[in-house]
Amino acid sequence: MNTQFWLIQTFNGISYGALLFLVGSGLSLIFGVMRIVNLSHGSYFLLGGYVALSVIWTTGSWALSLPIAALSIAAVGLLMERIFLRPLGFDPLRQVLLTVGFAFLFQQAALDIWSGNNFDINPPQALTKTVVVGGLYLPLYRMFMIATAAAIGIALWLVMEKTRMGAAVRATVDDAQMARGVGIDTSRISMFIFALGAFLAALGGVIGGAFLGIYPGLDFEMLPIAFAVVIIGGMGSLGGAAIGALLVGLADNFGKALFPEVSYFTLYAPMALILAVKPTGLFGRE
Amino acid sequence: MTSTLLRRLGWPLLGSVVALGLTAPASAAEELRIGFVAPITGLFAQVGKDMVDGFQLYLDDVNSDFGGAKVKFIVEDEQAKPDTAVTRAKKLILQDHVHMLVGGLLASSGYALAPVSTADKTVYIAPVSAADDLTQRDLPKYPYFIRTGWTSSQPSHPFGQWACDQGYKKIAAIGADYAFGYEVVGGFQRAFEACGGQIVQKIWPPIGTKDFGPYIPTLRQDADAIFTLMVGPMSLQFPKQLAASGNTKPVLGGGTSYDEFVLPSMGDEVIGHVSALQYSAALENPKNEAFVKKYRAKFGKVPSYYSETNYTTAQMIHEIIKNNKGNFPGQEEFVKQLAALKLDTIRGPVSIDEMRNPVQNIYLKKVEKKKMFGYDKEELWNTVIKTYPNVTQFGQFNKEEFLKTPVYSRDFPPCKFCN
Amino acid sequence: MTSQGIKVLAVAAALAAIAIVVPNTNSFIILLTTRALAFSILVMSVDVLLGYTGLPSLGQAAYLGAGAYLTAILATRYQFGLGYDFWLVVVLGILIAAALAAVFGLLAIRASGVYFLMITLALGQCVWGLAYRWNSLTGGDNGINLRERPRFGIDLAHNVTFFHLVLACFSVSLLAMYVLVRSPFGRSLVGIRERELRMKILGYNTWLHKYIAFIIAGGFGGLAGVLWAHTAGIVSPENVVLTTSVDALLMAVLGGAGTLVGGVIGALIVFGLREYLSTLVPWWQYVLGAVYVLTILYLPTGLMGIPERIRQRQTLSGKREDVKKIAPVTS
Repeated sequence: MNTQFWLIQTFNGISYGALLFLVGSGLSLIFGVMRIVNLSHGSYFLLGGYVALSVIWTTGSWALSLPIAALSIAAVGLLMERIFLRPLGFDPLRQVLLTVGFAFLFQQAALDIWSGNNFDINPPQALTKTVVVGGLYLPLYRMFMIATAAAIGIALWLVMEKTRMGAAVRATVDDAQMARGVGIDTSRISMFIFALGAFLAALGGVIGGAFLGIYPGLDFEMLPIAFAVVIIGGMGSLGGAAIGALLVGLADNFGKALFPEVSYFTLYAPMALILAVKPTGLFGRE
Repeated sequence: MTSTLLRRLGWPLLGSVVALGLTAPASAAEELRIGFVAPITGLFAQVGKDMVDGFQLYLDDVNSDFGGAKVKFIVEDEQAKPDTAVTRAKKLILQDHVHMLVGGLLASSGYALAPVSTADKTVYIAPVSAADDLTQRDLPKYPYFIRTGWTSSQPSHPFGQWACDQGYKKIAAIGADYAFGYEVVGGFQRAFEACGGQIVQKIWPPIGTKDFGPYIPTLRQDADAIFTLMVGPMSLQFPKQLAASGNTKPVLGGGTSYDEFVLPSMGDEVIGHVSALQYSAALENPKNEAFVKKYRAKFGKVPSYYSETNYTTAQMIHEIIKNNKGNFPGQEEFVKQLAALKLDTIRGPVSIDEMRNPVQNIYLKKVEKKKMFGYDKEELWNTVIKTYPNVTQFGQFNKEEFLKTPVYSRDFPPCKFCN
Repeated sequence: MTSQGIKVLAVAAALAAIAIVVPNTNSFIILLTTRALAFSILVMSVDVLLGYTGLPSLGQAAYLGAGAYLTAILATRYQFGLGYDFWLVVVLGILIAAALAAVFGLLAIRASGVYFLMITLALGQCVWGLAYRWNSLTGGDNGINLRERPRFGIDLAHNVTFFHLVLACFSVSLLAMYVLVRSPFGRSLVGIRERELRMKILGYNTWLHKYIAFIIAGGFGGLAGVLWAHTAGIVSPENVVLTTSVDALLMAVLGGAGTLVGGVIGALIVFGLREYLSTLVPWWQYVLGAVYVLTILYLPTGLMGIPERIRQRQTLSGKREDVKKIAPVTS
């Protein structure tokens, strides 16, 4: 286990964490604002990947697939929030169960539309190269994942901290009733945040698709991982999501590399333990 | 009152029955009901589709006529869940009164359906389920069970020998962490070490691993080659991530890792990878060429081994029924006759050994990018580079010795040369 | 006759009807009903947690798994549980599942609402990982095959006999849970679901109440597991996968949370849809998904809640805020 090993594992862990941030940040925001756990979040991730595939197959452009996939799934999220979640009012349990029902519907629809084959998203040639730095082979795509996650993270932070909309969102997260009291339209915020969450998940699906593949079942596979990020990082906290993602990415990576025997537990055991000690997650607020 | 009625009806009734009997054709075409269990919905729906398509293609070829018997092909969805497979099988047997059960995808389905065949005394043919022990140590429990596909370790035995012949001395193995993975890798290890090779490492990423980042850097640098067994999406991602990490070592793999089911979705990173299986769509014989062309024209994709093995199974059933003049010879007799069958199929000559598993060619195949069968696009094909004829499930090993040792598992064969 | 009395009679009559009618249908329906009834025990345990205690658990399949794997391992490795000792296995199954719940409960009961949902999900996944990975014990993904059903005076290999056994166990479970929720303990659970703070102020140890309910639910899950192992004849990690827990939760909601009987109605409908509809049409998944979605949207109290809603519509008095909640306020 030389320095090279540690360096490359750290790099791998960070890049995996970058992907997890994309998946988890949306889930965390949705929970923070609406107090619901969106169990169809994994479906948004997968659908984003599938839509991107369709775009690539028809136009041949990977670059185009990113915004199209993200925006179309954001639209799906918006509709779902407006038509199905909104009428339920503030009833977290029913909303959660509703998202599960939808997850099943999405899964079947994806099978029917895109078939059950395992697909791969092929990014442009330029991104598939590997850079050699000091004897270390660093795939460019992993660096791209890190860069994208960082860019999105910064953009989100700027929106949350520096804009009025962001302030309204933070207010709603902190205390929805008070926010309504000062005139903030929390239902519009909910709608916006849900769409944003779907947008981020779908984007994660497109970017992750080149790394994980796109196939049936990926939705329910990503879901517990997204949960792990949100739980460890704290629900409703963007910074928490970033740290959670990083921790999960590194822990999972090192856990599997060093203790392969317990690889099934490297994700869930810490999650359960953290929840047991601090039910709102490391950085969560309640 | 009733007796008068009966008497009134009696003679006309008898008369019409006799009349019908006399006018009926000399040998009534028997209906052969085949119950097929495959995942039609759920995550493995596409594999299930290939399975059904392969079988159905054969039925279409012969107009569902097996030597005079009309085939009724009933497909039930097992959703790749053993519980469901059992329920569906029971429905087929109890409600549809099928003559035989065919199918099952995963090893767990095979293990779930085999006892059903014993309990309900119905023939169960497994074209896909490859779990070794079903036709090895567990065989006596399943007198109505017969395999027309393969055992997981069957291709690995000659493969291990081939690896020695290439001059490889040390190989690092990385395979999916479940029974199928253990059996494919285990068979290779046994064979490779028997001819002087050393497996120096065994890594088992869990099923569903997407990021091989943790594993790839731990691969032993002193290995001459890498042996991998990946399934599903793992088989797509692992070669990509391996190539991106700068790997230059030759890659050997399990047959299903490069099977035509996943090959079309793979990229140039798999060119040169060698694997072993009882079928390759690139087999250059007239039967296969016709099959590939027909299948591709009808379903828009090159047939995978899932399609081929079911097509061949249908062909084998046809052969038995034909030999019985269109009649189903009864459960025990059918099994006996199928077990004695020798047939020339798409994948070459196939016969069944005394433990009811096929004896067949094993093809060493290498991924190449080229044009084949007159198609004008360059595509990835599994070119056959060597054929090992008449390979049984025990390969080059003595059957009795083989059965004395435990089934391949995570710890068997033990990794003597790991560190 | 009190309305409770009528309800009890109706349920008893329904059970008797099932006992008489089903054996005269074809073997496939007998099989399906047996499966649905065994699984219903799990669903009812989920209902005890959800409908009565207000704890939505996404990990109850773990207890089904505990009971099922115990049964399978004892039967195949130690030839135990295939005679009169079957009843011993039943007891052991309940105990081991309850013990598991006792351990998990220590971690989970601190949370509530959606946090509870997530922690039970995580714990359920841990059990799945164990079932999958501990090859030497659980057979890994191959699962364990139970080759025969127990025989003690009666031969359970006979499908109708087995069906009656499962029905009997189901009826006893239903009765036990009914007695439980009508008892003072059960009523305090409902109180905790409604206003935990108030209960605390009144001096109730709410944590202990919830903990005990969790253990009891686990125990019933274990019983369901023992029966399930013999119904299907095979136990595999599929039994403890996330979707199994989700299924149980959705069935409870579909039938009507807080009604116990709703659970079995939900189970029968879902099993029926899955097994029967799927043989007729390939798009049955949409029907199932739509049924869930529509139930949650428009029928939050589930199918059992329909009479109540009709009655409420007919009442002239003002709206009751509990109409929208999933579980009814009064038992």
